[in-house]
Amino acid sequence: MFYREAGDFKTSYVDDNQTFPIKFDRYRYYAVLFVAFAIIPFVINDYWVNAVFMPFLIYSIAAIGLNILIGYCGQVSLGTGGFMAVGAYACYKFMTGIDIWWGGELLFRLPEFNIFFSVLMGGLTTALVGVLFGLPSLRIKGFYLAVATLAAQFFLVWVFNRVSWFYNYSASGQISAPEHHIAGVAITGPNADAWAMYLFCLVFVAASAIVARNLTRGSFGRKWMAIRDMDIAAEIIGVDPLRAKLSAFAVSSFFVGISGALFFAVYLGAVEVGEAFGIQKSFLVLFMVIIGGLGSIFGSFAGAAFLVLLPVFLKNTLVGALGWPTDLAAHLEFMIVGALIIIFLIAEPHGLAQLWRVTKEKLRLWPFPH
Amino acid sequence: MPDQLLYAIEVTLNGLMAGVLYALVALGFVLIYKASGIFNYAQGVMALFSAATLVGIMNGDVPFSHLINAILGTDIHHFGWHVPAILAILLTMGVMIFLAWAVNRFVFKHLVNQEPIILFMATIGLAYFLEGLSDMMWGGDIKKLDVGLPQGINETIDEVTFNLFGYGFFIDNLDIVAAVVAVILVIALTLYSQYSKQGRALRAVADDHQAALSVGISLNYIWILVWSIAGFVALVAGIMWGAKSGVQFSLSLIALKALPVLMLGGFTSIPGAIVGGLIIGVGEKLFEFTLGGMMGGATENWFAYVLALIFLVFRPQGLFGEKIIERV
Repeated sequence: MFYREAGDFKTSYVDDNQTFPIKFDRYRYYAVLFVAFAIIPFVINDYWVNAVFMPFLIYSIAAIGLNILIGYCGQVSLGTGGFMAVGAYACYKFMTGIDIWWGGELLFRLPEFNIFFSVLMGGLTTALVGVLFGLPSLRIKGFYLAVATLAAQFFLVWVFNRVSWFYNYSASGQISAPEHHIAGVAITGPNADAWAMYLFCLVFVAASAIVARNLTRGSFGRKWMAIRDMDIAAEIIGVDPLRAKLSAFAVSSFFVGISGALFFAVYLGAVEVGEAFGIQKSFLVLFMVIIGGLGSIFGSFAGAAFLVLLPVFLKNTLVGALGWPTDLAAHLEFMIVGALIIIFLIAEPHGLAQLWRVTKEKLRLWPFPH
Repeated sequence: MPDQLLYAIEVTLNGLMAGVLYALVALGFVLIYKASGIFNYAQGVMALFSAATLVGIMNGDVPFSHLINAILGTDIHHFGWHVPAILAILLTMGVMIFLAWAVNRFVFKHLVNQEPIILFMATIGLAYFLEGLSDMMWGGDIKKLDVGLPQGINETIDEVTFNLFGYGFFIDNLDIVAAVVAVILVIALTLYSQYSKQGRALRAVADDHQAALSVGISLNYIWILVWSIAGFVALVAGIMWGAKSGVQFSLSLIALKALPVLMLGGFTSIPGAIVGGLIIGVGEKLFEFTLGGMMGGATENWFAYVLALIFLVFRPQGLFGEKIIERV
């Protein structure tokens, strides 16, 4: 009944090439966009934004980025936390105006960028760094590459900890976002309203999802998938592994960098690098991608939603309803997350996205399955 | 001799000792990888879990006491006895064998024939689970592990070197014990895998799963065996690291340090793990000693990874790894 192709006639190539070819799918997508942009901002409060929506939106971008690298291009990366840190620190430097020193003298200082462009610059800077750390992927494959990306994770965090230029020589070693406005509305800083922060992140999420979706179904995406399925065979049929792998690293790092910038500037406001962007963050995003489904944009959202909601849910039931001590709930959360990952890998290696596909197929035949 | 050189020698020696400890963790990885093709990320957490269990048994703590107290509202903590170290180690070994069985029965039996990367992710899930379980069973606080190993500066070396060079080397007794234990462990493992029946079966499985199956070797048994051995290695590593710096969460992070060791040595080579460990241990200590101060210190955090990364670009299979042959 739902998701039927029948009766949905395409009369032009534009129709044929659209992102959501099935009518029901398309309307559902518009409905989701409408609710997200026009209804939620009016009804949410601080708690919902800080506990659920902001982490969900920001992690979604990171998960989309990592999914492009792992799910589409098959290059396992454990350096997500480090790349998020690059995004955050680049955003911070652009927000406060980059200062160039030479021989102990201030050579010049760039003007402060608007928060929107700072976040974008954060993404671009991360893309550059990502390409740099992606270079070894041309020689190293599989597990060796996964471990090699750990070098990025630890090295980058160390750099941001030690080089005081990155945190503008502040005594605490923290970076904290100054107040920035868009059209007179505060986006960052203590005076920012919940709905403004939400909308700002939402714009980036929607844009990232559209870009990622269209990249992955275009020629770039097909090259990435060819590399993922078998890189030697892909090379033989004419896919340039250098360009395919590095472009995957660049695009992936761009998204991860944007999510890092938003995580710092809009969500947390102040960040200490080892705490916010440690190795745990890398694993968290990796889990989102696995649980959501490798090689699926929808899966990235599903995975992010799942792992953001799970701790909130556990905390509310265990600590709130049952009155357990918080440390016990935290330990249980570890066990549950670990067990869930194993269960997911056993039951459905393609993640929540696959469950969604199966549901869709069932819905199509409902109420008259053969 | 100039002072700087003496310091450098001391740093190198300490690096060698630290490297032995890294190698000890890396050894567990190699064993499992060779026998089952699983890259076991949980090895470090297994060390943490075994060390925490050992401390818990020695102190006579009630497992899950926190949980029981929270649910039933009771207030129990100790059984009120203390278990001698040897007995506690044996009991912990029993727990690790049970863990090996459970991991194979409930996780990897269902993941046969999956891609290696899926198995790797499963071990990350296992690592999270064990981490939570360890804290849940024995509490998350930092515990002191004391099984009667000697600790503190080795007086003899201090004295001898002072008489020779006029500068006494500082070398921890515990490090020397760890080095000796590691050497014994490696020799024992080599002998075991070369000359015992199970060892031969182990090597056969490592060579070719299907061929091993066809001559009547039970894969299931071998996998439990190899996870038990890895559990034993983890226990030894856990005791050494736990005695050195207390049983705490950071213990599981040494697993991450063992990864570059593996990359240097190659995933499939036991001597590789040892040599890799020594290179990393000495390398990071010497680097911190010579350039660390100039670069702002704490270079140990990343030096091992960057060294392994640079090294791999030139030799992708590691020092002793099997040559990677790729076919379409």
